[in-house]
Amino acid sequence: MVAAFRDAFAQKEFVVTAEIGPPKGTDISELVHHVDLLKDKVDGLNVTDNQSSVMRISSLAICRVILEHGGEPILQLTCRDRNRLALQSELLSASVLGVHNVLCLTGDYVSVGDHPQAKPVFDLDSVQLLQTVGLLNRGKDLSGSDLQGKTDFFAGAVVTPEADPIEPQLVKFRKKIAAGAKFIQTQAIYDLDNFRRFMEQARKHDVKIMAGIVLLVSAGMARYMNKNVPGIFVPDKLIDEMAQAPKGKGIEAGIAIAGRMIRQLREEKVCDGVHIMAIGKEGRVPDILRAAQ
Amino acid sequence: MIVAKRKPLEQIEAMLEGFEKILIVGCGTCVAVCMAGGEKEVELLAAELRMRSKLQGRPRTIDEMTVTRQCDKEYLDQLAKYVADYDAILSTGCGAGVQFLAERYDDKIVLPALNTLFIGVAEGPGVWSQRCTACSECILDQTGGICPMTICAKNLLNGPCGGTNHGKCEVDGQKDCAWTLIYRRLEKLGRLDLLEKIQPPKNYGAMTKPGRFTHEAFQQAEHREE
Amino acid sequence: MSEAKPAAPFEPKVVAYCCTYCAYTAGDLAGSMRLEYAPNVRVVKILCTGKIDAILLLRAFEDGADAVYVAGCALGDCHFQEGNLRAIQTVAYAKKLLAETGLEPERLEFFHVPASAGPLFAQRADEMTDRARKLGPNPLRGTARQPAGGKLAREPDPHPPLPPAKLGKLVRATER
Repeated sequence: MVAAFRDAFAQKEFVVTAEIGPPKGTDISELVHHVDLLKDKVDGLNVTDNQSSVMRISSLAICRVILEHGGEPILQLTCRDRNRLALQSELLSASVLGVHNVLCLTGDYVSVGDHPQAKPVFDLDSVQLLQTVGLLNRGKDLSGSDLQGKTDFFAGAVVTPEADPIEPQLVKFRKKIAAGAKFIQTQAIYDLDNFRRFMEQARKHDVKIMAGIVLLVSAGMARYMNKNVPGIFVPDKLIDEMAQAPKGKGIEAGIAIAGRMIRQLREEKVCDGVHIMAIGKEGRVPDILRAAQ
Repeated sequence: MIVAKRKPLEQIEAMLEGFEKILIVGCGTCVAVCMAGGEKEVELLAAELRMRSKLQGRPRTIDEMTVTRQCDKEYLDQLAKYVADYDAILSTGCGAGVQFLAERYDDKIVLPALNTLFIGVAEGPGVWSQRCTACSECILDQTGGICPMTICAKNLLNGPCGGTNHGKCEVDGQKDCAWTLIYRRLEKLGRLDLLEKIQPPKNYGAMTKPGRFTHEAFQQAEHREE
Repeated sequence: MSEAKPAAPFEPKVVAYCCTYCAYTAGDLAGSMRLEYAPNVRVVKILCTGKIDAILLLRAFEDGADAVYVAGCALGDCHFQEGNLRAIQTVAYAKKLLAETGLEPERLEFFHVPASAGPLFAQRADEMTDRARKLGPNPLRGTARQPAGGKLAREPDPHPPLPPAKLGKLVRATER
């Protein structure tokens, strides 16, 4: 049984989390395999919530599976699919099932996913959701009623350090901290100088920052992300490094890059930890951790 | 104003299947301005439908009448003399107009010729864009005159979200990110402090449908009649 | 119906909306030059092609015209600045509507006919007549009996007079 995620920040200098994406369907055998592989190697496992607006098993169910296998789950909760009743209900349910870490997100729009005709909810936004978590922690709900038993969530949020323009993003960042975010997992970063500049701003606030690391598998993927994913910028130097890898070995270069970045962030004490996102390649996360030593 | 656009002709034809005497009723206000259902557009639609029916060898009478508005009873009353002669009434009013017409002449088949789109403004000749969602609690004073309920696809009150991309929205790369616009506008006006406030969750209760509103000046009169 | 004799070749009816400053002037010039062109073309002189509305074009077809064309000034030469630009857009729109009704959009066209282009005027007239001949008679010819536009079962009342407009009038508080 691993220690609680929130304690990791007090006990360690550098905290590591990874991400599990639930499958579309009821067959969780591969997922369980990844959970068993990673649960002892990281301080927390994020479970995504209908990521990219593609319908999958809910984050809460998989968080429970992780607990049953001895891991430490972090519930990702988006505002896209649930109104404020369902969000508070989900949080109470999570608490009852033993999940005490939550990452509050706005959520992608329905049009980018596989049910583009769905009605988007967005009753609350991520800032209001963080405030709601704070309320539940103090034994009240959004209507002002008293709870029969309060929650004890360690709440976090996301920030995009390379957003352009950066000023509105920083305003939102400050609001999230004011609303109760205790840890931040950033969007993927690849340029450490830019990230250091961002950290100068971030260090003014009492919040734990974990740099987001997305595993590159090919130069094509890097170019695709540059073009299509807001807030991610892979420098040309790294794209070249990926392109020079022998055919079929792109992922090895990606692992080397990720390991290198993590090591640098840890040794130079740039931030409080990293959050590793290896979408579809969760099995290679141990290799990244090894490369980071 | 309310912006609408004409339904595809196949849909309108499908609705009119089997009817031989049709009256097209136009509206001279919003839909005339957005060139969807005013007098001119009614003429065009009637000509098109007549030509189609003649080309297909089906006899059909298609007459036209445009009233000032379809959302006021006085103007709908003008139709009273004529509706009896027709099998179906095709209204080119917005959704509100069609319903009011159908209510007023509830023994006639009333069909919509338009798809009502939004409350919007004219950006140029023939180009309209949405500006208002009629959310009943306007906060334009706090966002520099840009509406997050309407311009932001996710109607965030504390934006932007992580999908903002160089000032464009992740949902449609052609659309601007509302919160980037709001930031720039407040920066220009010197009112960025407004953004530091955390906006509370929206009161969607104010938007419960169907809405109903009685002007204060007329509330007294309602009471007295009781 | 006996089909012994071949039917007389049909003579198309072509309507040409010509703007005063360019196309009609070119038509005048074609006349002075004694140029021969198809007699099927009925020329309608309008001040500027910008005035053309889609309904005029559709009505022409509803009333039995086999082809219609709008002749305006060359780009940049419109006497009223943008009239010909609007006409080009309107004709493009009307072609779409025509296709919706089931007629061939090729029956409708816009041409630039500068004032000095007498021979071009004649050429376009011949071209559209030929096109109409190839496409065949407008099937709506036979049914074009009722006058253009629908008539109500009974005469309508004129709309009640609207009150004088107060919108758009700036009222200064000091002038009250």
